[in-house]
Amino acid sequence: MGNHNVSYQPSISPPIDQISVEERCARFQSRSIKGETKVAGLKLALSMIDLTTLEGKDSEGKVKQLCYKAMHPHDAMPGIPTVAAVCVYPTMVRTARKALKGSNIKVAAVATAFPSGLAPLKVKLDDTKFAVEEGADEIDMVISRGRFLQGDFNLVFDEIAAVKEACGKAHLKVILETGELSTLDNVRKASDIAIFAGADFIKTSTGKIQPAATMPVTLVMLEAIRDYYYETGKMIGMKPAGGIATSKLALHYLVMVRETLGEAWMNPDWFRFGASKLANDILMQLAKDQTGVYQSLNYFSND
Amino acid sequence: MSKKQDKKHQQQAAEPSLDFSKALIYTPAPESSAHIRLKKQYDLFINGTWVKPSKGGYFETINPSTEQVLAKVAEGTQEDVDKAVKAARAAYENVWSKMPARERAKYIYRIARLIQERAREFAVIESMDGGKPIRESRDIDIPLAANHFFYYAGWADKLEYAFPGKNPESIGVAGQIIPWNFPLLMAAWKIAPALAAGNTVVLKPAESTPLTALKLAEIIEESGLPAGVVNIVTGAGATGAAIVNHPDIDKIAFTGSTDVGKLIQKAIAGTGKKLTLELGGKAANIIFEDAALDQAVEGIVNGIFFNQGHVCCAGSRLFVQEGVADKVIRKLKDRMASLIVGDPMDKNTDIGAINSPEQLKKINEYLKIGVNEGGEVFQPNCSIPSKGYFCKPTLFLNTSQSHRVVQEEIFGPVLAVQTFRTVEEVIEKANNTPYGLSAGVWTDKGSKIFNMTTKLKAGVVWANTYNKFDPSSPFGGFRESGFGREGGLHGLLPYLNLR
Repeated sequence: MGNHNVSYQPSISPPIDQISVEERCARFQSRSIKGETKVAGLKLALSMIDLTTLEGKDSEGKVKQLCYKAMHPHDAMPGIPTVAAVCVYPTMVRTARKALKGSNIKVAAVATAFPSGLAPLKVKLDDTKFAVEEGADEIDMVISRGRFLQGDFNLVFDEIAAVKEACGKAHLKVILETGELSTLDNVRKASDIAIFAGADFIKTSTGKIQPAATMPVTLVMLEAIRDYYYETGKMIGMKPAGGIATSKLALHYLVMVRETLGEAWMNPDWFRFGASKLANDILMQLAKDQTGVYQSLNYFSND
Repeated sequence: MSKKQDKKHQQQAAEPSLDFSKALIYTPAPESSAHIRLKKQYDLFINGTWVKPSKGGYFETINPSTEQVLAKVAEGTQEDVDKAVKAARAAYENVWSKMPARERAKYIYRIARLIQERAREFAVIESMDGGKPIRESRDIDIPLAANHFFYYAGWADKLEYAFPGKNPESIGVAGQIIPWNFPLLMAAWKIAPALAAGNTVVLKPAESTPLTALKLAEIIEESGLPAGVVNIVTGAGATGAAIVNHPDIDKIAFTGSTDVGKLIQKAIAGTGKKLTLELGGKAANIIFEDAALDQAVEGIVNGIFFNQGHVCCAGSRLFVQEGVADKVIRKLKDRMASLIVGDPMDKNTDIGAINSPEQLKKINEYLKIGVNEGGEVFQPNCSIPSKGYFCKPTLFLNTSQSHRVVQEEIFGPVLAVQTFRTVEEVIEKANNTPYGLSAGVWTDKGSKIFNMTTKLKAGVVWANTYNKFDPSSPFGGFRESGFGREGGLHGLLPYLNLR
């Protein structure tokens, strides 16, 4: 159970200096990404997207459209990669699975009483198992933020470990919902808990709470991943989600991953963007690179 | 995905290491220098006009990243210095000391605004002439220089409030000699408080980086500052000596090496001239095990690799607490692997060119000394340009207090690393140096910071940050790092007589 057969000790999480983290993020943003690097970066970012629809009014039709978009982001332009995954509620997994048949695109399902996580563990495990049985490759779970803020770290740890077990072969992304954790110290603690409890990926946000992903929060999580890698040699993936809507910001995130974890994480196996609007912005930039002019959003499908 | 991941896990498990050499290599993003207008030859700026040097000598200033000549600059002689001092004296007696303080302030404000307006031009020239990365000249040097003028402009008509009941009065003519590491910023540190306090100035920029000071002279011309209030005399050591020894100068302000500082102090002993010296340093940067380690690593990098380590307050001695030493060094090495060394004009460059061939030679000598002393060397596997003067960022690990790379100021991107066990030990080691300019302390515990700041013998102690400057904050040293303060209220004192 878990990546380590021990419970989480808060003392393993170093303190975080918010001011310095923000300064470091400003440095990432001052990198100038031009020319070939920009095009390569944009294509990479596109290939890392978890195209997401998580609304109460989601329909099978909408999910099918989203899946088609995932496989054919913009057929008018050659050489465009597909996205990494489609992220939906468990009841939409079967539809997505079917629609994506024949592609390498993963189906991710949010589970464990997403987005609040306020349900008994049994319900969360059933939710998880249902999504896996429906064919989800990846499970995006939420942690119990209330219990975390109460200091009940062991309960949070145990829940994650139990969900990991329920996932079976499916990969587990653990959503910390950093917008509710209040400090970067807490973000670091929650990251360590998730990693030690068995997360394959750690993820910033549900997208339902503001602020969602930010660069400082993501940097702190990448540093937790790095420390765990130094310690064990095991890689953990990272997924910032929500609030990354522009190509420029996505490139800043890639710069951050590149300068924090390096080459090995620069692919969709280890880094994802949870986003819906980002894909079209990237396509617009790529089209501009090919044609020299910006086209209106009307030229890009809004699925 | 899982198979691929598992395979990678196995591969990585043997020796986890991070690779920064391949992914997303940034294509060159050079700042344009097409808009820069440099004259082929610069004369001396004396009494509000450009005058030829009396002996007709000129020297070349080069771009250290390309080794190309940028311009020829006048070699000021004793006669030229005399001319400049006479102009400064006349301006002081007849105009500047009699002008209402709020009128003085207007001129200083105007200079500040003109620097801001031409910030990009200044940044580009600073990087061309001195080799520092455009990111630093653009984001740090030039804005800070403008801010110093703004800040001291504010004090000009409030001196009675700065020193209540002390009847602050200007001194007269100040002779100012500045170094090559922050050419425009040092000119601002010197000129702004002197003018605000009502003095006039003869300033000599460093011979390897005179161009931004000469551009500043153009701005001063444009600002309508009365003739002779600021005079800029370029030249080498002899020109500086002529300023130091001139009998009609009331105050000398010098920033540069400790050796030259000592010579100046000897030379003016008994003359009644006021003196401030801002000299060398060998600062301790101390990382406690309870620090925010990833952020401390950033602080180590900013401490020693900022401006190629050409910083008198550089954190060139690193002390890491034993329990976290391996972790910190590993993180530091990985961070160094992601630093970009090269063309100063490229917006992505982290470490630019060494300022001069002489300085590169000196650094390389210390690299040899460090190796011969048995220090373990680490340099990242980065490429450096074949032309120009460049040095890779360097660590010397497992050093001790008796190593020369620990004791002596290298003034380059070279960091000597030691570990420590207790607070007492690190205080003793940190203070065991003839210098005392600055220090850094990294800990999450406030009480530890206050304990350290009271015990470290250094003029500036940064806590959980490093190499941060602000016009309102005084800067200066203890012991062989000099005396007198620049910046803040304290920075006015050397330019005033108080009663």
